[in-house]
Amino acid sequence: MSADLRTTYMGIELANPLVAAASPLTGTIDGLLALQDAGASAVVLQSLFEEQIKHHELQVDTILESFTESFSEARDFFPALDSYNTGPESYVRLVEQAKSVLEIPVIASLNGISRGGWTRYAHLIEEAGADALELNIYFVSTDPRVAAAEAEARYTDLVAEISASISIPLAVKIGPYFSSLANVAMRLTAAGAHGLVLFNRFLYPDISLHRMKVVPTLHLSSSEESLMPLRWIAILSGQLKVSLAASSGIQSANDVVKLLLAGADVTMMASALLRRGPKHMSQVIAGLGAWLDEHEYTSVRQMKGSMSQAASPEPGAFERANYMRTLVDFTVASPDPRHFYARRDPIPWD
Amino acid sequence: MKPLTTIDGNEAAARVAHRLSEVIAIYPITPSTAMGELADAWSAAGQPNLWGTVPEVMEMQSEAGAAGALHGALMAGALCTTFTASQGLLLMLPNMFKIAGELTPTVFHVAARTVATHALSIFGDHSDVMAVRSSGFAMLSSSSVQEAQDLALISHRATLESRVPFLHFFDGFRTSHEVNKIVPLDDETVRAMVPDKLVSAHRMRALSPDHPTLRGSAQNPDVFFQAREAANVYHAAVPAIVSATMDKFAQLTGRRYRIFDYTGHPEADRVVVLMGSGVGAAQEAVDALLARGERVGLLNVHLFRPFDAAAFVAALPHTARRIAVLDRSKEPGATGEPLFQDVVVALASRPEPPTVIGGRYGLASKEFTPAMAAAVFQELTATAPRREFTVGIVDDVTHLSLDVDDAFTTEPADVATAIFYGLGSDGTVGATRNTVKIIGEHTDLFAQGYFVLDSKKSGSVTTSHLRFGPRPIQSTYLVLRAGFIACHQFGFLDKVDVLGRAADGATFLLNSPFGPDEVWARIPVEVQRQVRDKHLRFYVIDATRVARDAGLPGRVNTVLQACYFALAGVLPQDQAITAIKAAIERTYSKRGSAILDRNYAAVDLALAELHEVAVPAAVNGSVHLRPVVPAEAPPFVQRVTAEMLAGRGDFLPVSALPVDGAFPLGTSRWERRDIAEELPQWDPTICIDCAKCTLVCPHAAIRMKVFSPDLLAGAPAGFLSKEWKSKEQPGMVMAIQIAPDDCNGCGTCADYCPAHSKQAAKHKSIDMAAKDGRIEMERANWEFFKSLPEFDRTQVKVATIKGSQMLQPLFEFSGACKGCGETPYLKLLTQMYGDRIMVANATGCSSIFGGNLPTTPWATNGDGRGPAWANSLFEDNAEFGLGMRLALDNFAATAKRLLGELEPEIGAGLVAAIAAADQSSEAGIAAQRQRVEVLRAKLGGISSPTAARLAELADHLVRKSVWIVGGDGWAYDIGFGGLDHVLASGRDVKILVLDTEVYSNTGGQASKSTPRGAIAKFAAAGKRTGKKDLGLIASAYGNVYVAQIALGADNAQAVKAFAEAESHTGPSLIIAYATCIAHGIDMATGMSHMKEAVDSGYWPLYRFDPRSEIEGKHPLALDSKAPTIPLREFAAKEGRYTLLARSKPELAARLMTIAQADVDERRRLYEQMAGVERHAPDDTIISNGHADALAKELEEEMP
Repeated sequence: MSADLRTTYMGIELANPLVAAASPLTGTIDGLLALQDAGASAVVLQSLFEEQIKHHELQVDTILESFTESFSEARDFFPALDSYNTGPESYVRLVEQAKSVLEIPVIASLNGISRGGWTRYAHLIEEAGADALELNIYFVSTDPRVAAAEAEARYTDLVAEISASISIPLAVKIGPYFSSLANVAMRLTAAGAHGLVLFNRFLYPDISLHRMKVVPTLHLSSSEESLMPLRWIAILSGQLKVSLAASSGIQSANDVVKLLLAGADVTMMASALLRRGPKHMSQVIAGLGAWLDEHEYTSVRQMKGSMSQAASPEPGAFERANYMRTLVDFTVASPDPRHFYARRDPIPWD
Repeated sequence: MKPLTTIDGNEAAARVAHRLSEVIAIYPITPSTAMGELADAWSAAGQPNLWGTVPEVMEMQSEAGAAGALHGALMAGALCTTFTASQGLLLMLPNMFKIAGELTPTVFHVAARTVATHALSIFGDHSDVMAVRSSGFAMLSSSSVQEAQDLALISHRATLESRVPFLHFFDGFRTSHEVNKIVPLDDETVRAMVPDKLVSAHRMRALSPDHPTLRGSAQNPDVFFQAREAANVYHAAVPAIVSATMDKFAQLTGRRYRIFDYTGHPEADRVVVLMGSGVGAAQEAVDALLARGERVGLLNVHLFRPFDAAAFVAALPHTARRIAVLDRSKEPGATGEPLFQDVVVALASRPEPPTVIGGRYGLASKEFTPAMAAAVFQELTATAPRREFTVGIVDDVTHLSLDVDDAFTTEPADVATAIFYGLGSDGTVGATRNTVKIIGEHTDLFAQGYFVLDSKKSGSVTTSHLRFGPRPIQSTYLVLRAGFIACHQFGFLDKVDVLGRAADGATFLLNSPFGPDEVWARIPVEVQRQVRDKHLRFYVIDATRVARDAGLPGRVNTVLQACYFALAGVLPQDQAITAIKAAIERTYSKRGSAILDRNYAAVDLALAELHEVAVPAAVNGSVHLRPVVPAEAPPFVQRVTAEMLAGRGDFLPVSALPVDGAFPLGTSRWERRDIAEELPQWDPTICIDCAKCTLVCPHAAIRMKVFSPDLLAGAPAGFLSKEWKSKEQPGMVMAIQIAPDDCNGCGTCADYCPAHSKQAAKHKSIDMAAKDGRIEMERANWEFFKSLPEFDRTQVKVATIKGSQMLQPLFEFSGACKGCGETPYLKLLTQMYGDRIMVANATGCSSIFGGNLPTTPWATNGDGRGPAWANSLFEDNAEFGLGMRLALDNFAATAKRLLGELEPEIGAGLVAAIAAADQSSEAGIAAQRQRVEVLRAKLGGISSPTAARLAELADHLVRKSVWIVGGDGWAYDIGFGGLDHVLASGRDVKILVLDTEVYSNTGGQASKSTPRGAIAKFAAAGKRTGKKDLGLIASAYGNVYVAQIALGADNAQAVKAFAEAESHTGPSLIIAYATCIAHGIDMATGMSHMKEAVDSGYWPLYRFDPRSEIEGKHPLALDSKAPTIPLREFAAKEGRYTLLARSKPELAARLMTIAQADVDERRRLYEQMAGVERHAPDDTIISNGHADALAKELEEEMP
């Protein structure tokens, strides 16, 4: 392999564009070392969930307080322990340990629920030595009285507040469900985000028919899902001065190549690594190198954004809705009809 | 001045003991448990002793075991201590004689507690320490928290110097649990008191193979006596050594003690002698009488054994002509109590000995006040003082009690007093404890806190008594007239006399959902009258709402504590708020910022919500106190129980109480607790008649009856019922009904109800719903429900879920914890067999919720039959139950023999029918009862001593079974030896182990049932060893029926196990999984959580039936499937595992891996065993005590 794989993400020089996204693999030192060995150029640690911390604190408090001092023979029912580690200490320790054993940059990830929590934990993470911070914003707006602008302001206010309080690069991981995603991306950038991670994959509730209960689910992603970040990275990469990270559905070197062509600075992988193990990363990197060599690119920097909307010979293609593309394909490009009828979905206009 | 500390007596003593020990053997027993827990916690945290090594703290299987381990460690030369009380101390007695006889220095710290006699009591007096006074231990008494620390040190030094072991004691609860501000002992002082040369001397005497000696020889009549006398010089030297040690202590600390401490008039004519915490109250009386010019004095006995008569006489003013000796113990039949006797003997040698009278006071923590002490001094002025008296009670039978002038009070004006009424676990006690510490540590004032907790484990009232003032506080009695009263629960106002102890002009703070303008009309008229008559300043705050707003629902403590400081003015407000927050930080910082923030918010929100009530001139309103018990309650309940319930038990005269501890059953039904916040609501339209709500209800507060529809004629409007879908009882209706005043709202029934609405999944046939607006209707429904007839037992399949639930529970409305996992088993047992069982109940949770007054849950049916229940001790329960069986078997055999003898008079038919009766079914039992009635009628017409004897025993012709019930602490640990023996006896007894896997009653200490990886007290770093397999051990006997059950996991298997155990004619053992608050789970989900215990293989279900063995089949039926979820998933829902996983993740993970291996291996083993055929001989006829009958039969069969 001869092509130069280096890339820059939020001002941080990386050996290649393959970054391990936040997942259970990046929650342990063993997992992180395996990812580094497999060639990951950076890691995003598993998220610190403020909600989880609060939940644990309340749980511990409830366990320790319930039934205390109500009966003559027992003041309480549990031995006093040195510490209950309910707070961010174990996460801070993870950041510190990751920094001490890894050579590649360490990006911490934070999912807050309260204003105070976001800034407090962002600060702790910076102090623990993280090279950058990714905000994993997961806000489901369920109140019909809250308008989109109000909901979006929560994102931008938060980013402004945190970016003012820390000095390490700040990335924001968002979902795709905004009425005007490009505008939101621009405002987040203006608020101080150095990078945008597109996109967050949400945990969806499911109904267990066996238990007749609502249960959380998270399915591992598949390649098709990478098409959504592909479109938006292609659209945004020429327009905003912000680092772009692709996340969701990246399985193979081909997926990576496409996203880099669309304009991603880095591509983040989780499901594929969970499915195939950390070593899969090295195969993808090799595949990327091979593709570059085969297509006579000398570097990732050279190819990056070369198929973005701005650079594309057919910019309208990124904006068209599905049926338009299909219509065009069907009427103009004259594809193999077998391909068309092989689709499982009903014909859109049928 | 050295910095002071604010701690309780147990901690004061334990701090010294831990620093001066190398081996500490312990066993939990109230009220000394905390000393062992603290020592264990300090060692677990690596806190070293004075010589830099961490003391070995070992929990043993009993106090007897602790004493044995200690004896061995002492022999090996270690510095040793232990902590105990009451029966625990008595179990140590055999070793205490040995330890003392061998002149081995050690100190036993005892939080003195009464010994169980006609009843168990956890409270304080000297009957335990008095029972060991012949052991040869020196006995040193402390009367206060300061002394509990100081004399602990003096004991440890004096024992090393004298070689005589010391029993250092202080009063259980009054001193052990009182929080007081004391001068702590620093390490330098402790070191200076315990020179290394004394320690070396102890080491030199130790057993060692390098310079061996022999101990524990057996001596014959030739030398034992002399050898026993050889130690006299050591005992004789003790008083001087203790005196010198006290002198040395005074040099180092400035605090002077004497073996007999006299205070009062130097030329007193009247002196009271006593020891223990009563000294504080007596001292106040003496001071008050001295101020009146009376010549009185007080002699506080510190060194009780060896009793130094000469020192005693020397300590007493020579002018003392009349002396009253007060003993906090009772020795029936003696010429006087122990201290009294010693004083009489000590003074006998004096020319013209003074008059000495003796009295008992304060048994089982009965209050002892300055007024009572004054009454004793008053008695000494009588022309002929009573030689024997009691004080503190009204004895209208033997008329020994002194009259007490309640107007005699000594509480000084500069001592502020407060009483806080709280609900168990609302944080009131903890907050008051903090308040005492805040005042103690942030001001120059001295402070004292004392806490009175309820006997019920749920919905209990806690009363916290606080004093602070400029001098050390020695008032060792409850606050009599409080300058501040806080009622932390609005609902108490019509149940508890909250303002009874309010002083004139006191401040009254009420947690009220009603604001300052509305509250007056909402409080009972009787309370209004007290507010007006006592000129109270009345404040309200909706602390419940403030706490909820702050994110701490139910925890009103912090809010009300802030209000207390705002109103009491002990500290400037800003300073008080800072101090409260510092206390919050200290208490909660380990739990995280969310908890801290919420508590801080509660403080900040509090003051703005505090409002003064403008007290109206008029007392008026429609709210009145409810009668304590309903008018239809039986006379005993009206006369005695109701008084106890109303908090007036102290005023019951001696004549009101049973002489032998025998009480009527079923009194819990008369107590109107009304403690639930939410009540179950039944929706008959989606009910599936499964009866599981009633099956799992821990409180028997949700009931089912099946009855004829025509009985609905008189039903109240709100009464619900539905068609009963059953082929066995066609045409019937059924009703599910709650007892609204008895339900405590635990939610177990709603959680477990399997019937969901088809339209809205969250709605079940049983939902928990607010009780407001419903309670009166439900009360009417419950009255009607009670009037419905019980179903005929003979028409029901008892050994089924539905069948058992159609029957009346004879265990109801216990004071167990909300959602208790033990009580549903007991209730089920009484539904199935309650009308014919005797229950031997080991001490523990089940004996407390089963037998603690004022009201008890074991009940009778309409025929007056019900479980005959008794508790003997903790350690002997299996033997206790076996004894019942032996008696019953003997009676039945005798009755059968007499029946045979009377056959000519009675008639062969009836005799044969009775003798051959099949009593294996309800119908069989009912038929036999009828036969016995006929027999009785016939016997009435026969006038012979034999007939009279048979009439006496005729009831024993009806099968009765003995159920031996207790927890794992009993079955696995302290009672295991007896349990094993009873299993081996082969006799017809049923043993039910309510396995919570910890000592639940004393606060969750580890037992041998505690599983690997779970934390418990004494296993703070997770239990390292696996759970003992009691079932496997029992099944090895071959003739023991063994079942392991979990009611919530498999109802039918549990019911079946009860039926099989009952029908097995040999010993049966049921090990029942019982969820407990010490597991750290949401108790509402306790029953459904059991499913996960079984699904994970944590709690395998099985039945081992020897009857199959006799038939050559596979005796072990493995009833639960192979695990479907990992152990980790089950454990993740329990605090006992998750706390460790958070605290020590790596260790927890390692232990969890091994615990999973435990589960896998046990499954593998059981699966193999389930495939094993055994061929055992049928020995039941022999083992059940019928060997003689068998021999006779065989003889007759011989040609």
